[in-house]
Amino acid sequence: MSELHFPWLELSVLIPIIGAILVATIKDSTVARRVCLFACSLTLVCAVGEWLDFAMLGTFEAHDHWDVLEFMFHSDVFVIDELNAPLLSLSALLYLLTVLSTLRTKMNRFSFASTLVSEAILLATLSCRQPWVIIALMVAAVVPVWLEIHSRGRCTRVFTLHLGLFALLLLTGQLLVQSGQVMVGGSMLTLAVLLRSGIVPLHCWMTDLFEKATFGTALLFVAPMTGAYAVMRLVLPIAPDWALQSIAIVSLVTAVYAGGMAIVQTEARRFFCYLFLSHSSLVLVGLELVTPIALTGALCVWLSVGLSLAGFGLTLRCVESRTGRISLTKYHGFYEHMPTLGSLFLLTGLASIGFPGTVGFIGTELLIEGVVGVYPLVGFTVVFAAALNGIAILQAYFRIFTGTQHTASFSLRVRPAEKIAVLILAALIVGGGIYPQWGVASRYHAATQLIEMRAADAETKSP
Amino acid sequence: MITSDQAFNMLGMCVVASPAFLLAIFSLTSLFDWRLSERSMARYTQFSVLLGLFAALAILVLMLATGRRQVPLEFGNWVVIPDHEEAFHFHLKFVFDRLSVPFTILSFVLCGTIGAFTSRYLHREPGYNRFFVLYAFFLLGMIVSSLAGTIETLFFGWEFVGLSSALLVAFFHERPNPVRNGQRVWVIYRIADAAFLVAALALHHQTGAGDFSELMGDGDWPLGKTDISESSALFVGLLLLLAAAGKSALVPFSGWLPRAMEGPTPSSAIFYGALSVHLGAFLLLRVSPLLEASIVLSACVVIVGLTSAVFGALASRVQTDIKSALAFASLTQVGIIVAEIGLGLRYIALIHIIGHACLRTLQLLRAPTLLHDYHTLENAIGSHLPHLSKPGSAWVQDSVKAWVYRFSMERGFLDETLHQFIVRPFVRVFRWCNSAEQRWTEFLSGDEKNVSGDVKTQSDSLEEFV
Repeated sequence: MSELHFPWLELSVLIPIIGAILVATIKDSTVARRVCLFACSLTLVCAVGEWLDFAMLGTFEAHDHWDVLEFMFHSDVFVIDELNAPLLSLSALLYLLTVLSTLRTKMNRFSFASTLVSEAILLATLSCRQPWVIIALMVAAVVPVWLEIHSRGRCTRVFTLHLGLFALLLLTGQLLVQSGQVMVGGSMLTLAVLLRSGIVPLHCWMTDLFEKATFGTALLFVAPMTGAYAVMRLVLPIAPDWALQSIAIVSLVTAVYAGGMAIVQTEARRFFCYLFLSHSSLVLVGLELVTPIALTGALCVWLSVGLSLAGFGLTLRCVESRTGRISLTKYHGFYEHMPTLGSLFLLTGLASIGFPGTVGFIGTELLIEGVVGVYPLVGFTVVFAAALNGIAILQAYFRIFTGTQHTASFSLRVRPAEKIAVLILAALIVGGGIYPQWGVASRYHAATQLIEMRAADAETKSP
Repeated sequence: MITSDQAFNMLGMCVVASPAFLLAIFSLTSLFDWRLSERSMARYTQFSVLLGLFAALAILVLMLATGRRQVPLEFGNWVVIPDHEEAFHFHLKFVFDRLSVPFTILSFVLCGTIGAFTSRYLHREPGYNRFFVLYAFFLLGMIVSSLAGTIETLFFGWEFVGLSSALLVAFFHERPNPVRNGQRVWVIYRIADAAFLVAALALHHQTGAGDFSELMGDGDWPLGKTDISESSALFVGLLLLLAAAGKSALVPFSGWLPRAMEGPTPSSAIFYGALSVHLGAFLLLRVSPLLEASIVLSACVVIVGLTSAVFGALASRVQTDIKSALAFASLTQVGIIVAEIGLGLRYIALIHIIGHACLRTLQLLRAPTLLHDYHTLENAIGSHLPHLSKPGSAWVQDSVKAWVYRFSMERGFLDETLHQFIVRPFVRVFRWCNSAEQRWTEFLSGDEKNVSGDVKTQSDSLEEFV
């Protein structure tokens, strides 16, 4: 296996852990935020560094230079390949932007130490290809979130029931797969990752999470789409085509259902939750069809939706930090007070539905093309789901930013830290939209490699 | 020495780049919060429109001089996946032909007029900057749609026009009514866009390309012949007709047209008076070889066009405000244009679009001074304007008159029908699902009340959070 020029992967996991330890010892929340910000920035540098280093190698997979974990366990625990390379950078960016846009009003409610721990677990999960380590890390990622809901004095029963079942299914499924019961084990693993991805009717934990945890924590728990990552690492190598394509239909139903539900929501967090659910289901649809075009589309939409909806969620969070929970039953008219946030809300929302000129456009086109290629008529449902999401986004924009004249007793304008986050997101969304070829070519290459690996696995397993 | 091809390329680049430049300037300055003065915005607009207009005129002159009927402007593949089995490419291509050049010139002329008018009309309005950002979006969308050489490129511009139109309707966004109407327009546009996208994909699958020259045969517009089978042409054509009906407010989507008058007068003029409302007809003209492939499709186009024309004519006669009356009068003409397209009268339809767009822009821009104009006329003739009796109205029964009057006043019950049979059941089903989910979550949580059901916002006590 090729080797990177630096231990980027291990550093990107180690830095947030060290940051978390430091932050846990600091009592002043302003200083804690700064340390957290510094750790997140360094982590992002490492994540981008490993991506660039990997891109320069021109190989499908690589591991760290001075790989300590390999020395300890005699196995490549952390590996970078074409699938996870951009996901690591995206995840590190999301954490940085979330911390950056956390205002003083939210500092006492948002745990920086816990955020850094979650970041370390997430990056470790995404860097890993070994099923048992992925399963252990995915289960571990649930703990900080559960602790936060518990510490806020809210009922954890819905979250515990669903995510407990998820952990149980993962562990049992993998055990069965290893013991040769691939069909039953694979089904359990599939059910587990669908549960983690919030596929209908196993999605109620997601709305519950958004209501009970802080917006930042909930956003960071769902936005990197670790459920989809688990599909790629745990389910794709073992599941037959027909099973995956059947699951794609369930995901398609979820995409339409969640799009419809987003339209009738009366509260912004639940609205965001359903909107995200609809988009993440569309990603799953593409992943599960396992054709080059559909898979390329899904991988592109994964990145674009991760970026745009995380930005969308952060914008909502910024508005919430000024006004409290946002009802969608009435107009608020915040545009005159926060035009930059209004514009970003619209930009990120439109990018998520694949509006022309944004990062999601080509990915969505590819995804639709791929789905139509497999299911010519059913595939048009993707277009319907995208239309519903588009209607929901503009409706929410109108409700939050327009419709009345809002009187504020102090300035609600965007703060410098938020502005930096806004500009970074806008640059990535528009930049990716104007020059999509590089991203699409890279995702297409990843898709074909994954399909080839899957075919090779199937050949070695067949008698 | 510059060859004619090089000249075409340079001029074509100017036509496409000038509105893109305008959009880039306006959106970047807005994003960075660098406020441009009103005068600077007006000058940038003037420069961009004039540059594009003169370049388009120069192309027209060159085409006439060289006798070329079609000039493609290739930007190559914007995105390409060179797969042997499942190739995908997004071909960025613009075409200057007998359809696109007049429509582009019309777009530049009317947008330029509106730009000049608006710089005075919205002087010192708080939304001046926002209007021109949306205007730049609209202009780019119109130019890209007009010149698109592939169906994907047309979709690109089509979406830009849709978004800017919906946001322009909601321009006075401190009031709920314009916002509600903007939302209505957006909903109809999303349905139309979905139909367009499905049609584009279906065409792609049938012909393996999105290029109009390949889809519609080698002949220059309007002489192209398509190789698509009649049934396929009918399927794709009906989807495109749905898309065109949404964009041009044809029956049954006419309900949004009077709602769109909530926007400022200049945007009304370019939006439902002149350009946007004709975009559906333009789409049908662009894919007109499809209509020739299916007689049923042509008949559907004629029926939709004539129905819209009759409905528009009836509704416009009972409106009590000038902008609504003009909106429905526009619908009448657009309906006739669509019927002309269905009957195969391509050039007449194109000339009709140009004439109607210019007249309607003038009428809409004069609408705010209508009373003044009436008084001027009355002063000139020295008496009140005469009220002409309706020919033939004496032979119609009073009950029929009353029914037609009510039908027209209620705008054909179109909005109510769509609301009753599509929107309401949809919302009811999903609201029921929502409450069922909330009950399920509450059941799992024990008795804890779901917080989102009774969310309270702190609109009056923001200091609490500082």
